[in-house]
Amino acid sequence: MDVAIVGIGLHPFGRTPSMSGLQQGAAATRAALADAGVDWSDIECGYGGSQDAGNADAIVNEMGLSGLQFTHIFNGCATGGSSLHAAYTAVKSGEYRNALVLGFDKHAPGAFNASPADWGIDDWYGEIGLMLTTQYFGMKIQRYMHDHNISEKALVAVAEKAFHNGSINPTAWRRQALSSEDIMASTMISHPLRKYMFCSPAEGAVALILCSATEAKRYTTQPIFLNAAAVRTRHYGSFEVFSPSQPIKQADSPTVIASQAAYQQAGIGPADIDIAQLQDTESGAEIIHMAENGFCEHGEQEQWLRAGHTQIGGKFPVNTDGGCLANGEPVGASGLRQVHEICVQLRQQGGARQVPGNPKTGYTHVYGAPGISGVTILSR
Amino acid sequence: MSDSPIHANLFTWPAEHPSLLGGLCGHCGEVSFPAQSSCRHCSGTGSSVIELGDRGTLWTWTVQNFLPKPPYVTDQTAATFKPYGVGYVEMPAGVRVESRLLTSDPEKLHIGMPMQLVIERFSRNDQGGHNLSFAFDCLEVN
Repeated sequence: MDVAIVGIGLHPFGRTPSMSGLQQGAAATRAALADAGVDWSDIECGYGGSQDAGNADAIVNEMGLSGLQFTHIFNGCATGGSSLHAAYTAVKSGEYRNALVLGFDKHAPGAFNASPADWGIDDWYGEIGLMLTTQYFGMKIQRYMHDHNISEKALVAVAEKAFHNGSINPTAWRRQALSSEDIMASTMISHPLRKYMFCSPAEGAVALILCSATEAKRYTTQPIFLNAAAVRTRHYGSFEVFSPSQPIKQADSPTVIASQAAYQQAGIGPADIDIAQLQDTESGAEIIHMAENGFCEHGEQEQWLRAGHTQIGGKFPVNTDGGCLANGEPVGASGLRQVHEICVQLRQQGGARQVPGNPKTGYTHVYGAPGISGVTILSR
Repeated sequence: MSDSPIHANLFTWPAEHPSLLGGLCGHCGEVSFPAQSSCRHCSGTGSSVIELGDRGTLWTWTVQNFLPKPPYVTDQTAATFKPYGVGYVEMPAGVRVESRLLTSDPEKLHIGMPMQLVIERFSRNDQGGHNLSFAFDCLEVN
């Protein structure tokens, strides 16, 4: 049974001091219900998660204790992708007629400080100062730039595009466009990545309503079909965060594996995709992910960025809402924001950031700790 | 008052010429750092501790430019913080080891350069001495 997204809702990303993460989740849920024209009491099941803002199943305290099956999911950076996958399979199986997918979060400012014990690592690793995601991202892109002849200009171009797109997205956190000079003048965080090349932990919420494709027209005139949803974890030999060592022989990343699984499910390939949302925890990640998801060759990104191919008016727009760089990363909601944006674009509701040319297919990709990736393929 | 390794089985100590220690899987032959009883490659459980040596080449690097939050242990403040290098050093024994680097000058760090193991006093231990940790320094080539 095919699955459709018939309702989308988003609480603006950034900082909302007056609302808890859960309340932001409720605001997104109400928006998605209104979009689908359905009552809370009609929702049969829900899947959702947050990292730092409490259990997602507490949403019933905000929305109403309706008795629905609700499962709280936490799966690192792929929390949103995993929640969506769970809802997708629940509807696809025919077990439920509709499902809510919910992601929200509210993080303290500054870099995440993870505990080694939670990751199966002894305390010394954190004590000597190696337990930082920012170091990993710096080292990963440093090697990638060396291997594939990518320059600092490419890192700057990704950030410049993100903040431009954020400046024309009313729900983005960072809404000021930045010049390449602004980006190059920002503080060095972890070589070669500067402050404006990194996203920051933030707040925000996204909700989606899924139903079987055959019933989609009951809810909306503009259903978006979920042609594939895949989540995969790392293989031995993939270079991942919080690794005291890594083997010499490298393996394909979880992104490559999830991407291939999604293409296989959907029965189409990267050449058939019109627009994409690719994980851009920092500028380098978007560059690596352009190739790992099959949209260009490794090393070809420099030329793509120089030609503006991934800008809103380019031949393959990427992160049209400003991505993680302009929206920040509330872990529970981030992957669902990507899906929300593809729905907006395929419904032609992007306003100032609408991609021209009537896009028909979209792609989302989330990637993060501890070496996990979620991909969806969507179409109208 | 005595100095002691921050954790057992990371490097040989005391030693005139310290060596990093790792694990060798008796089943598939994969090398790990630090040594662990089960193999993350083949899930075998017959691993032994081996010396990884004291020299390698820099596979990738970055510089930590801001004061990390805990669990980082330091007496420094944001104002007195001194940046430190971080890199993966490829050891000839067959594994890339993540390490602090004594050099934090990006002009002096290059992928492929030779690196030398050093044991540094890191933080205070509860015997009135220091915890010792491993790091790598750029190897002077004459």
